[in-house]
Amino acid sequence: MEDQQQDLIPVHIMGKRYMVPPTLTIVKAMEYAGYQLIRGVGCRGGFCGACGTAYRVKGDPKLYFGLACQTVVEPNMYLAQIPFFPAQRATYDIAQMEATPATFFSTYPELLRCLGCGACTKACPQDLDVRAYMAAGMKGDIAEMADLSFDCIMCGLCAARCPAEEAQYNVAILARRLYGRYLAPRSPHLAQRVEEIEGGQFNTRLEQLKELGRDELVQRYEARDVEPEERG
Amino acid sequence: MGGYPAEMQESIRHVEATRMHRMDETYPRMPIEERQRLLDDFHPDYIDERMRAIRVGVSKGQRMPLELADVIEGRPHIGPDFNLSEPRAETDVLIIGGGGAGASAALVAQESGARVILTTKLRFGDANTMMAQGGIQAADRPNDSPAIHYLDVIGGGHFTNDPDLVEALVRDAPLVIDWLERLGMMFDKEPDGTMVERHGGGTSRMRMHSARDYTGAEIMRTLRDEVHNREDQIRVVEFSPAVELVLDDHGHVSGAIVMNLELKAYFYIPAKAVVMATGGGGRLHFQGFPTTNHYGATADGVVMAYRTGAELGYLESMQYHPTGAAFPEQILGQLVTEKTRGLGAQPVNRAGDQFVYPLEPRDVEAAAFIRECQGRGNGIVTPTGQPGVWLDSPMIEMIHGPGTIAENLPAMVRQFSRFGIDMTKEPLLVYPTLHYQNGGVRLEADGSTRVPGLFIAGEVSGGVHGHNRLMGNSLLEVTVYGRRAGRSAAHYAQDAKLGQPSLAHVARWNEELNDVGVDTGVTSPILLPDYTRVT
Ligand SMILES: Cc1cc2nc3c(=O)[nH]c(=O)nc-3n(C[C@H](O)[C@H](O)[C@H](O)COP(=O)(O)OP(=O)(O)OC[C@H]3O[C@@H](n4cnc5c(N)ncnc54)[C@H](O)[C@@H]3O)c2cc1C
Ligand code: SF4
Ligand code: SF4
Repeated sequence: MEDQQQDLIPVHIMGKRYMVPPTLTIVKAMEYAGYQLIRGVGCRGGFCGACGTAYRVKGDPKLYFGLACQTVVEPNMYLAQIPFFPAQRATYDIAQMEATPATFFSTYPELLRCLGCGACTKACPQDLDVRAYMAAGMKGDIAEMADLSFDCIMCGLCAARCPAEEAQYNVAILARRLYGRYLAPRSPHLAQRVEEIEGGQFNTRLEQLKELGRDELVQRYEARDVEPEERG
Repeated sequence: MGGYPAEMQESIRHVEATRMHRMDETYPRMPIEERQRLLDDFHPDYIDERMRAIRVGVSKGQRMPLELADVIEGRPHIGPDFNLSEPRAETDVLIIGGGGAGASAALVAQESGARVILTTKLRFGDANTMMAQGGIQAADRPNDSPAIHYLDVIGGGHFTNDPDLVEALVRDAPLVIDWLERLGMMFDKEPDGTMVERHGGGTSRMRMHSARDYTGAEIMRTLRDEVHNREDQIRVVEFSPAVELVLDDHGHVSGAIVMNLELKAYFYIPAKAVVMATGGGGRLHFQGFPTTNHYGATADGVVMAYRTGAELGYLESMQYHPTGAAFPEQILGQLVTEKTRGLGAQPVNRAGDQFVYPLEPRDVEAAAFIRECQGRGNGIVTPTGQPGVWLDSPMIEMIHGPGTIAENLPAMVRQFSRFGIDMTKEPLLVYPTLHYQNGGVRLEADGSTRVPGLFIAGEVSGGVHGHNRLMGNSLLEVTVYGRRAGRSAAHYAQDAKLGQPSLAHVARWNEELNDVGVDTGVTSPILLPDYTRVT
């Protein structure tokens, strides 16, 4: 890569102009410019939501959003890493709740203030329809909110843009947890296995396996039957 | 924008041409003897010039990658004369690391009656746990059992795993799935509640549970949310990595020195017990490999624990994940989840031919990819010179029907579409990437170590997976051992009395380095890699 002669492009980081290679992501461009990042960087793989960023390009009135670790620089970008956006979060005991709309509204009463403006949807770097999941929430449809918000990485960009001061992602995780604990159908085979384990059913077999020497283990391992992959 | 350049498109046509025929072609699994030959010749762990033994400490003589040895033999941040008489806070159990293991430990330590502080390097949840996509193993289907799971784990680990640790792992597995579900985690399920479970590399039963391809994120955000709900009893301190453990005059762990990452100020947090849950070390870029790991994965826990006399093990084996992204350059080394192969995508070479069974244990699969490129010259080379092989993702929808990829791999689709690649229609170029630290600090099945008061959980530990971890067993490990270590630490703390805190072990460490004449020029733990150009 290094020996490839690249033309550098100008970007503006916190108001200062730097020349960087055009193939870099925003995070790597800032590092190329000499910044050792602490805030606004996390997993560097698009999963942790630490590097949500807003930027402008010279001559273009639009404000753009993205994850700094996944967005490639463009000439004349104006960049700044925004720290995690502060947002209201309720404290609750998931074990003592009921998965009903009432629980939902009493935990986050401000949910009903959503104006349906869609500023959140425009900002979401995961391309979620945030307004739609908030609308599901306002209808009290916990399952739908859980489903529509599932890919949320809790970056906070939606909250940063919301005129109604919502903390969309915090409401959404409550929906998912209520769904997971109370509304998702239970798994009969899991319940059965938990009971067996608690009854000590596999203890002897495991003890026996632990006693086996290497050769015997290798033999049993090689002789395992492998469940066929289901197809279709 | 983006997409594949013309030279690569040409090879894609070969992949398309063989696809129909490959649909019914099963490439045979590799016999055990051939596996060993392949590893010897092509796996990075077996390249002698890139490995060395460490020269100091209780595990001296242990072989590991050069980059790790240099960090382990590094000099401490603070001197033995650091002032311990003005502690900042105080607690029963101090948890170092805010990933899946740390969060699990925090919850269970608190439930066991302890006051808890969790201190972490960046934000709570900026962790490898958050990035895990594929799934978590647990033997909960009727045709499966913890005993079968045991065999898979130990065979995958080349029969070198610690049997007690494997036993705890597989037996607790269904209990942990149940625990996560009660905390509100959303697993993939059939309409009747049956868990959707698939194969992973090296599994003999379908036992890979998932939450779309955000499995780790779903675990992490659920645990984190629960920790926040208990803010009265669990205090979370962010942007504050630990840099050294503190012992007391009896040699018992009595807290840690923590650094405020922004102010670069150090302070002491006394604690009756410590759970080390700092995760792995991919950001040390062993042998120059790119990595899937998060920014703060720099093997800090191994460094700190070792200076207090904890034993290390299995660090001679690192896991190189076979399918790191090899194109485009911007996401080089980032993970293409194994679930992609689990769903039916085959690895194929430049000519569009299969060359390895798609789901061998990871070390074997990775070595086979390297052999195909470096040894046989059948790889594809990108415009920046990066070699790779194809992963034929469009097969997935031919097998399972249209929409399967969007449904099961949304994170993957998003990742590649940002760079103009549609994985439902085009294959992905992949090459091994540094993924997981198989080894680390030795522990007992209750999470304890040979140092009183020091407990270990998660990727920082060594022994559970032997010399090779199977996919889905480390999300399992972090929850199983996070819970175990949290419980043990809380119980230990109940009776523990703090003696006189001391950094005498730091002085001894420096002396030992001096005696042996070791100076790697590194101050460790290193906390963050330095990617700035001006160095
Ligand atoms: C991309 C990717 C995909 C994966 N997919 C899977 C999968 O599908 N299935 C599976 O089972 N496993 C998977 N794994 C592996 C698994 O995710 C990790 O091994 C596991 O999550 C590690 O958890 P942990 O809690 O031990 O460490 P982490 O989750 O990494 O957490 C460690 C935490 O400690 C913090 N820390 C580090 N040093 C310090 C310090 N000095 N002081 C304070 N805090 C510190 C870190 O910042 C981090 O927050 C994957 C890993 C990656 C990277
Ligand atoms: S930005 Fe706020 S008010 Fe507008 S749709 Fe989204 S949540 Fe509602
Ligand atoms: S919904 Fe909000 S917090 Fe979640 S990913 Fe989108 S912008 Fe970020």
